[in-house]
Amino acid sequence: MTGENKFFKYLKIVIGFLVAILFLLPIFILLMDSFKNQRGILTDVLGWPNPFIFDNYPKAMEKMNFFNSLWNSVWITVVSTALILLFSSMAAWVLVRYKTKISKVMFILFAVALLIPFQCVMLPLMSIMGSKEVFSITLGDATFALNGLNILNPFGLVFTYLGFGCSMAIMLYHGFIKGVPEELEEAAMIDGCSMFKTFWKIVFPLLSPINTTVAILQIMWIWNDYLLPSLVLKEQSWYTLPLQTSKFFSTFTSSWDIATAALILSMLPVVIFYLIAQKKIIKGVVDGAIK
Amino acid sequence: MKRSKLGFWLFLAPCLISFAIVVLIPTIIGIYYSLTDWKGSGNANFIGFENYIKLFTNDNSNFWYSFGYTALFAVTAVICINVVGFALALLVTKKFRGATLLRGIFFMPNLIGGLLLGFAWQFIFKQVFNAIYTATGMEFFRNWLTDSTTGFFALLIVMVWQMGGYMMIIYIAAIQNIPDSVIEASAIDGAGGWRRLFSITIPMVVPAFTVGLFLMLSNSFKLFDQNLALTKGGPNHCNEMLALNIYNSAFVSNETGYAQAKAVIFLISVATISIIQLIATKRAEVET
Repeated sequence: MTGENKFFKYLKIVIGFLVAILFLLPIFILLMDSFKNQRGILTDVLGWPNPFIFDNYPKAMEKMNFFNSLWNSVWITVVSTALILLFSSMAAWVLVRYKTKISKVMFILFAVALLIPFQCVMLPLMSIMGSKEVFSITLGDATFALNGLNILNPFGLVFTYLGFGCSMAIMLYHGFIKGVPEELEEAAMIDGCSMFKTFWKIVFPLLSPINTTVAILQIMWIWNDYLLPSLVLKEQSWYTLPLQTSKFFSTFTSSWDIATAALILSMLPVVIFYLIAQKKIIKGVVDGAIK
Repeated sequence: MKRSKLGFWLFLAPCLISFAIVVLIPTIIGIYYSLTDWKGSGNANFIGFENYIKLFTNDNSNFWYSFGYTALFAVTAVICINVVGFALALLVTKKFRGATLLRGIFFMPNLIGGLLLGFAWQFIFKQVFNAIYTATGMEFFRNWLTDSTTGFFALLIVMVWQMGGYMMIIYIAAIQNIPDSVIEASAIDGAGGWRRLFSITIPMVVPAFTVGLFLMLSNSFKLFDQNLALTKGGPNHCNEMLALNIYNSAFVSNETGYAQAKAVIFLISVATISIIQLIATKRAEVET
């Protein structure tokens, strides 16, 4: 390698680390300020915490009901993702293997739905999920009224995630299953395996690479989602982490000491998850974007 | 193999039922709502295209301002995010000690939700920037988030910070797909670093560039969480993007029918972007 090339190589590394510091700086300032009291933040926002205070964290935990909302976030994300994985792969499998017109139409239907922005369905969806009348039709003397399903609760939310998430998941599974050979399944079915058993024992295990991709994408979306849960979850004991953080911010707009601690607390689970599963997350994101 | 019709529908049912209730039926009802004067409760009367006529001729809810703001923001953000993403990718594609660490750092903001990021940056723009202004007297850091200019650039900074690493990951994958033989051949022919960048690397990642362009375009067009958390669209609606404008019409002013007409226009805009994207990507695939 020539001298000039070596110079550029080191220059790149130096620039890289400087940019990395710039990237981390906002989080670092936030972290530092979460150990100051309100006066410390207002008088010296950029300085080292002096005195060093830990009170903000227990206070923030209590005010945002941290463990309860963490638990809500965890189980809603896990259950929704599991259902999306199972049901979307089942759907995609039959859509690939049954080479009929209906399969094609269904596939296009799921694909087109990806274009619909949430704001477009949110109002009608809320009336469907609510308990009031969605609409009524009068024919002659009789009036037919259709009432909502009354599912504005965490279970309704999981159901909604399945409906919104399955489009993208079916796309990804569909692309993958097309490349999976059919012979094994046929052999199993000839041997008398039921359709579900064939799927569960033979097809599903072959899907593990794409399962990871789908799971990562769904987890990232559901975990961070704010608008949908804010409309569906009416009781505060059901709140997920983003919801609780937002509620917290509208109540304590100017108490930055507790607010910074609350923000760090809410970011922590994601950062830990990232440190554990970085490679899989990045692979999932690349595969999900390119397909 | 025997394929039963019942099996087909049973396997499809869970997705199809939830999808129909959550997406399909609401879309149809939503289009119907846009043709009524419904206010969120009470009776809805069919009024034809009145909402649309009002929207196009006599809107008083800031919709077209938000539309213009959103379009300008989307175009600016797409350019900035892709340039930053590509630059970051060039920095860390070659293997060196710490390259993986750097990638990890650049990508991390992408995982944190838009709402949390918005609140975190609100703190930076309000408290930290004003503190820098007080300490140094530099006008640049004064009163961020109090008008549409600083609000616009604040949102831009947040989005570049969040999505730059995401685009980096996509570009790294594209750059690593360039065959070694092509690069070696160019080195033998005496191509220097810059020449190689413009004659080989950039042309070879064009397909990834189309993906990135449209992904970020429809993403920025639909932006909601960051907008809500950073400024709530304020002061005085001057930083209100489309999604937030529709949300406010629907839940703050309770003009359900009118909000739904806006949502239909929004749907048409987003769908147009995505359809152009599909055509462009297909064409790029054919050419390469």
